[in-house]
Amino acid sequence: MTGPLLTVAGLTRLYGARVGCRDVSFELWPGEVMGIVGESGSGKTTLLNCLSARLEPSTGHVVYDTRDDGPIDIYAMSEPRRRLLMRTDWGIVHQNPRDGLRMGVSAGANVGERLMAVGARHYGEIRAQADEWLRKVEIEPERIDDLPLTFSGGMLQRLQIARNLVTHPRLVFMDEPTGGLDVSVQARLLDLLRRLVTDLGLAAIVVTHDLAVARLLAHRLMVMRRGEVVETGLTDQVLDDPHHPYTQLLVSSVLQP
Amino acid sequence: MIRVEALSKTYVLHTQGGIEIPVFADAEMSVDAGECVALHGPSGSGKSTLLRCLYGNCKPDGGAIRIRHGDDLVDIAAAAPRVVLDVRRRTLGYVSQFLRAIPRVPALDVVAEPLRALGLPVEAARARAGDLLARLRIPERLWTLAPATFSGGEQQRVNIARGFAANHPILLLDEPTASLDQKNREVVIELIAEAKAAGTALVGVFHDDEVREAVSTRIHLMQG
Repeated sequence: MTGPLLTVAGLTRLYGARVGCRDVSFELWPGEVMGIVGESGSGKTTLLNCLSARLEPSTGHVVYDTRDDGPIDIYAMSEPRRRLLMRTDWGIVHQNPRDGLRMGVSAGANVGERLMAVGARHYGEIRAQADEWLRKVEIEPERIDDLPLTFSGGMLQRLQIARNLVTHPRLVFMDEPTGGLDVSVQARLLDLLRRLVTDLGLAAIVVTHDLAVARLLAHRLMVMRRGEVVETGLTDQVLDDPHHPYTQLLVSSVLQP
Repeated sequence: MIRVEALSKTYVLHTQGGIEIPVFADAEMSVDAGECVALHGPSGSGKSTLLRCLYGNCKPDGGAIRIRHGDDLVDIAAAAPRVVLDVRRRTLGYVSQFLRAIPRVPALDVVAEPLRALGLPVEAARARAGDLLARLRIPERLWTLAPATFSGGEQQRVNIARGFAANHPILLLDEPTASLDQKNREVVIELIAEAKAAGTALVGVFHDDEVREAVSTRIHLMQG
């Protein structure tokens, strides 16, 4: 019997007297995709950074079920161990792909680098895997030696996803993965993400302010306002029968095309 | 298969001055395998709300909805999201009034998806999906297209095929024949009859009197 992959208890992050996020608790199970929604400044990104070992919380715990040693508080780990976890078992997809890619090396190297970080050394093997992952994210393999600088925004985001997924992580953090892309590119990326997440049985935490993105990707939602979680539940239930006044406002504010 | 106990639901519209709309209180209902229960009552009596509560799409204020899920009895009104999703995957099918089309996913895969979620190989899932689409008279040239551009009636038939694909032990139907012509209505009546015979527990809202009479084994009256 397996337990939750991530257990978060009483997580608070303050910026001086200002609240980033306050008293957040939840469990994320293997294969579960959770969306965090709320308007700008509601604490979504602060929370995501705390969860993904990039911002130490003021109080509270983030416990991850490691492959080898079971549940461990990520902020109680040694720095090298935490880095290894982030490079291998986790993926982090940034809103701006330039933050998650190395723009000065080729597309293939961007994917292969993650493999080398987990000990792959055979050049042909690494290149074959890079080639396979470029195909999976619908980038023509002929572009394998091109620099990301020559890629469009949508391609860059797909490359970032390939770079993250090549090591078969169990948990992926995504911050507005479709932000800044035009709608047709967004639809393609969403379809791809949805398929990969399902096929690989990934657990993911997706921050988005776009409720349509949340509906398509997330199994369950957490609605944040002013740093606090105001409503949680199954995605379609929260969106179709919102209870908290703020969630009702969010849902009713969406423009129908 | 389903037992509803003392279920109550009131919508509170916070964005409109906190208006309260009571829908039902202390609702009771039970449905056995092989039954088709028709929810019947005037517009606004809460038929769709009850159906949505059964699916976990609507959160009641009080009461319980016990669903037979394999060897377990799950209270959908109180279960964690991942449990509700597992109940939907293995036990609970739903045909909504409108198809929520996903960009780029072809009709055949929309219908095959519930079978894929049960672990069926892609070829077998698509074969079953194709059979259902053919029975519901969706021309084969449309199968590889995303249903977003289909007509209302075509979308509804894709939705029906998807709902029936996985032979779930429980099937919820929200006006499945609303925009269908006579021939397609007859196909849906046949599909419901086959499901009943196979022991599926069905609950539905049927506006069409003829369809309701043809499929229901029992009427559950709801007061406005």
